[in-house]
Amino acid sequence: MTLRVELVVPDGEVWSGRARMVNAKTLDGDLGILTGHQPVLAIIAEGSLVRIIDPESAPEQDAGREVVAAISAGFLAVRDDRVSILARQAQLGSSVDASAVRADLNAALESAQAPGEPESAEVRYSRALLRAAGDRS
Amino acid sequence: MGAQLRAVRQRIRSIQSTAKITRAQELIAASRIVKAQQRVRASGPYAREILQAVEAVVSRSGPVDHPLVREPTSSQRAAVLILTSDRGFCGGYNANVLREAQRLRTLLGERGVEVVAYACGAKGIAWHRFRARDLAGEWAGSSDSPTLSRAREITAALLDTFARTTAEGGVDEIHLVYTEFVSMLTQRPVVRRILPLEIEEVEGEPVSGPVPLYEFEPSAPVVLDALLPWYVENRIYHAMLESAASEIAERRRAMKSATDNANELLEQFTRDANKARQAEITQEISEIVGGANALAESIAGSE
Repeated sequence: MTLRVELVVPDGEVWSGRARMVNAKTLDGDLGILTGHQPVLAIIAEGSLVRIIDPESAPEQDAGREVVAAISAGFLAVRDDRVSILARQAQLGSSVDASAVRADLNAALESAQAPGEPESAEVRYSRALLRAAGDRS
Repeated sequence: MGAQLRAVRQRIRSIQSTAKITRAQELIAASRIVKAQQRVRASGPYAREILQAVEAVVSRSGPVDHPLVREPTSSQRAAVLILTSDRGFCGGYNANVLREAQRLRTLLGERGVEVVAYACGAKGIAWHRFRARDLAGEWAGSSDSPTLSRAREITAALLDTFARTTAEGGVDEIHLVYTEFVSMLTQRPVVRRILPLEIEEVEGEPVSGPVPLYEFEPSAPVVLDALLPWYVENRIYHAMLESAASEIAERRRAMKSATDNANELLEQFTRDANKARQAEITQEISEIVGGANALAESIAGSE
């Protein structure tokens, strides 16, 4: 048994396919979904990552074959082993142009308001994009 | 060349160039319609999912008491967002939407509700300007290829007035007037109330079975708080996409009939031109013959 996963944004579909497990960060904390999960509707934390783990990968090597996507804001609905992830903006880690995002992020940080104030949604999304691309900093 | 023939030829030339222009417009619209339709289709899954989610929260959490869902006891003011096109040359598209908006306005007026109009698209804005009617908000420049950021802008403006109380200039209801894209041949102007929420079926695959008993993370009210603005935004975005597809489809049709009409006129004027040319030739021949006869007679008479 595998999960059917759909990652959609208002303009269309970003990714869809089968998965063994889906990991997302909700407002309450991390949420891992396996098959047989009860129906749930959860709000995804702003600027977080969703990991969709390949059905072929063994349970012990989670980090190996997975699809990582950065989500600006959205929610996740699970029912009957179907996971729908609706995001206002989303991008797969593999398609992120890290250097461009980094430039955007730096520009945004430079023009940002006084330190101490919470970061804007764009900044958090840019950070998520970089994390999805595997750029650690 | 006779004066009549010259006039007809002039008309033929002008109609020829008109036909060229309308034909080009038709081809442009025909190539764009495919993309517009694809965008409507691509936005379908998201719209369906978000509708299902909102339905799930509303039906599950019992009597919902959320400002975006609560039925107002008495409405005093309603916002009406009208989606029109930026350019003309699209048949009755704008007239139909504006007529529908006018009908809604009368309807709301009978209920004693004051209407606050918002227009999207240069044609709708011009219509209101010409009649010296106030617009609370106007957006132009993206009617045939709507962007998500524009939809967000509009949603933010509408939700902002909705959040205020009537005394502060807020509204109790938000209506949306746009053109539904039924098929390439049929586009229908429709009125939808987006707020307070009216859950309705979207076309396409029906939701099978009862709504499952969802668990909400973190809690139903928080989920609803986050979902509803997204839902409204999506409704507006989806309506913009449908309107864009409708606009292009109507433009294609209008331009096709204009081209057909021009070609018909061309045929008729070509006939007229031929007739005029023939008449001229006939006249010239009879003049020559008449002249020759007169000459021959005068020579015979002098002998």
